[in-house]
Amino acid sequence: MEMAAQPSDTLATLKTESETLKTKLEEERAKLHDVELHQVAEKTEALGQFIMKTRRTLKGHGNKVLCLDWCKDKRRIVSSSQDGKVIVWDAFTTNKEHAVTMPCTWVMACAYAPSGCAVACGGLDNKCSVYPLSLDKNENLAAKKKSVAMHTNYLSACCFTNSDMQILTSSGDGTCALWDVESGQMLQSFHGHAADVLCLDLAPSETGNTFVSGGCDKKSCVWDMRTGQCVQSFETHESDINSVRYYPSGDAFASGSDDATCRLYDLRADREVAIYSKESIIFGASSVDFSLSGRLLFGGYNDYTINVWDVLKGTRVSILFGHENRVSTLRISPDGTAFCSGSWDHTLRVWA
Amino acid sequence: MTIKTLSQHGVQRQQMPCLTKMERMIISMQDPDMGIKLRNQRLLITVIPHAMTGADIFEWLIKKFSISDEEALHIGQIFVKYGYIYPLKEPRNLILKVDNSPYRFQTPYYWMSTRWPASELDYAIYLAKKNIRKQGELIEYEKECYNALHKRINHTWDFVVMQAREQLRASKQRRKADRIVLECQEQAYWLVNRPPPGTLDNIDHGPERRTTNTRVQLFISFIMHPCSKKNADFYKKEIEHNRISLARNRVKSSICLESYVKYCEQYQPHDPIMQGCLPSNPWITDDIMFWNMNCETVSVPTKLRVERWSFSFMELLSDPVGRKEFLTYLEKEFSAENLCFWQACEDVRHGETSKIPGKVDEVYKQFLAPGASRWVNIDSKTMEKTLEGFKRPHRFVLDDAQMHIYFLMKKDSYPRYLKSDLYKNLLARAVVPQETKKSVLPFIHRQRHSSPSPALATQAAEDDGKTKNSNSFKSNSGTASRL
Repeated sequence: MEMAAQPSDTLATLKTESETLKTKLEEERAKLHDVELHQVAEKTEALGQFIMKTRRTLKGHGNKVLCLDWCKDKRRIVSSSQDGKVIVWDAFTTNKEHAVTMPCTWVMACAYAPSGCAVACGGLDNKCSVYPLSLDKNENLAAKKKSVAMHTNYLSACCFTNSDMQILTSSGDGTCALWDVESGQMLQSFHGHAADVLCLDLAPSETGNTFVSGGCDKKSCVWDMRTGQCVQSFETHESDINSVRYYPSGDAFASGSDDATCRLYDLRADREVAIYSKESIIFGASSVDFSLSGRLLFGGYNDYTINVWDVLKGTRVSILFGHENRVSTLRISPDGTAFCSGSWDHTLRVWA
Repeated sequence: MTIKTLSQHGVQRQQMPCLTKMERMIISMQDPDMGIKLRNQRLLITVIPHAMTGADIFEWLIKKFSISDEEALHIGQIFVKYGYIYPLKEPRNLILKVDNSPYRFQTPYYWMSTRWPASELDYAIYLAKKNIRKQGELIEYEKECYNALHKRINHTWDFVVMQAREQLRASKQRRKADRIVLECQEQAYWLVNRPPPGTLDNIDHGPERRTTNTRVQLFISFIMHPCSKKNADFYKKEIEHNRISLARNRVKSSICLESYVKYCEQYQPHDPIMQGCLPSNPWITDDIMFWNMNCETVSVPTKLRVERWSFSFMELLSDPVGRKEFLTYLEKEFSAENLCFWQACEDVRHGETSKIPGKVDEVYKQFLAPGASRWVNIDSKTMEKTLEGFKRPHRFVLDDAQMHIYFLMKKDSYPRYLKSDLYKNLLARAVVPQETKKSVLPFIHRQRHSSPSPALATQAAEDDGKTKNSNSFKSNSGTASRL
């Protein structure tokens, strides 16, 4: 009499096999690790005194600011908040130029189109919608809204690829997807995370075909946009990964997590190469970005502060106070002259 | 659309890493040798044992973590706000005062990580005790809560009052110092778990994040047959992924890391935050000269900008002025079709899906067909593959050909361009802006000029017959738009 294979046995065996491979992978990765970043950076000049102040405060959101993105013109910003409002600012003059009220709350993602003519946003509505920006004061922006992406759970992040025609999204449903704006069609989907995907960033590479995502499964994954395959993955964080951002050369990326650390991963060495943490930093990093040269890493944290790290030496250069609630989003401006932080205290601050 | 309120499990999941860290620090603060020196503190006429001053906490934090005053105060405030340390004087006000105000460590029984959630019944008993003790003198929001609870759990109210009376009776038998401490402990606990309106809610979190655990549980509960198939697939995929990862080529760390040092060094003069920018950073001086001098249509670019084109081929191509200069050079070399071809391929890759077949056709006619007006030289193998792909044109059909031409330009034309007179002359002519000094009177702002919105570009394009309205520019400048 044949005994049917117990499904639980197969599952357990598979799990063990996967774990064994993971261990082997870490061993292989460690073999070529012949030096630490801060050792290589010993000969680099230390940074002098670091002074950055709030140069603009953008007030106008009636609730927590959740996301922001810069326009390519280096001075405009789009931001979204918990109460469904999406606002476009000329951050330099602090004027509000456009405002849209979404039909949902917790608009966790927003992005400026490369042309500067549209913005994309979404959140608890599980969708990503594109709004063309009209300068006609009488025009209702909401009327021209275009629904592009459809997920089965909240939208956590979105960004345009090199043109206004395609959008990359990540969602609480554990997947990322690439969409054609014009038709709303899904061009590619990316499966591999075991839990909510919270963030993504497009690679600044020559061939421009990859992006990185981070999720609640503590994993960050690098994806090939053409094939939908996960090319590389890293699992060294101890908690949810809230933010991922490429190093300007595209050879590495940084991630910020609820485990209160930021980490740097090198794509050619295929491993984690630096951890940015301090005993006195208790709360998670919600958002990270590099300065133009990649020397500085800015991290917005859930304890209302912004920590500035020396990427090469691994030390903290400065801590910036000012926000009165957690910092939820942080982006450097396209020409690197300033960075903007958005917070649950309803404001955005531009620092330089 | 309603937000699902964070489940007990959800809150704990998100908070635990922070609470664990805080508790570790609290424990080290209480270390008999290395911790804060506890002593008796006088509170009016009572002596409270095992207490410390706000200043003690502050100084210990500075020493232990080698941090600034501001940061130490910030961390101290967090401990008080989360109820790990409570004030004995003014116990309603959960803030850290850096003076000789007395504080105490909260008992672990009341730590955020151990007791969760604080039940309505417990809160009702607490408020009832206060009510009895202060003879009906609860403060406003407490009164409201008390009345609301009275309505909601009316059926157990007798029990509530009985418990309250019993606890008060027991506490009367304690020494005054102990009684004060217990009252402060309890008060701190409730201030954290039932914050007064207007104060920040510590347990305020974003929408629920689900992890594999929750997902699998849901799966089991809703669908009766075993979900092992889903999980098995997941592990199979992981195994495949790990196998491929094992086989990949890796580069030595020393080489990779050295490249960062080089990159940072090379770009440092271009990083406004690291080294400033000339004439000045617009955000600091309110002077937009820097943006004007570096805009897309400038006739004489800055020296830094032209230098940057020599860092990499991508830098040259991504700068519109650089790309234009490069095109001029290629025209002199009779190989401008390469750059045009590359641009056309970019357009296919990033354009509308519906336009792909049409664009691909155009590209073929102009660049790839035998005898084409701007024929590009692609190796036969790539050409064959590309033509095959044309049978069913898709977004990436031109990728191989584009890559071929890109690397051709990168390896050949680009290095020669950098050595050319065209480039060298431009570099010599390039401008080094003079530094704008910051205004002597810092409180007088320069007027912050607005700029035309990029959205105007499409507007103008759409308004075919209408004249470009300079008036519509004015509607954006200076005045705050009413929205």
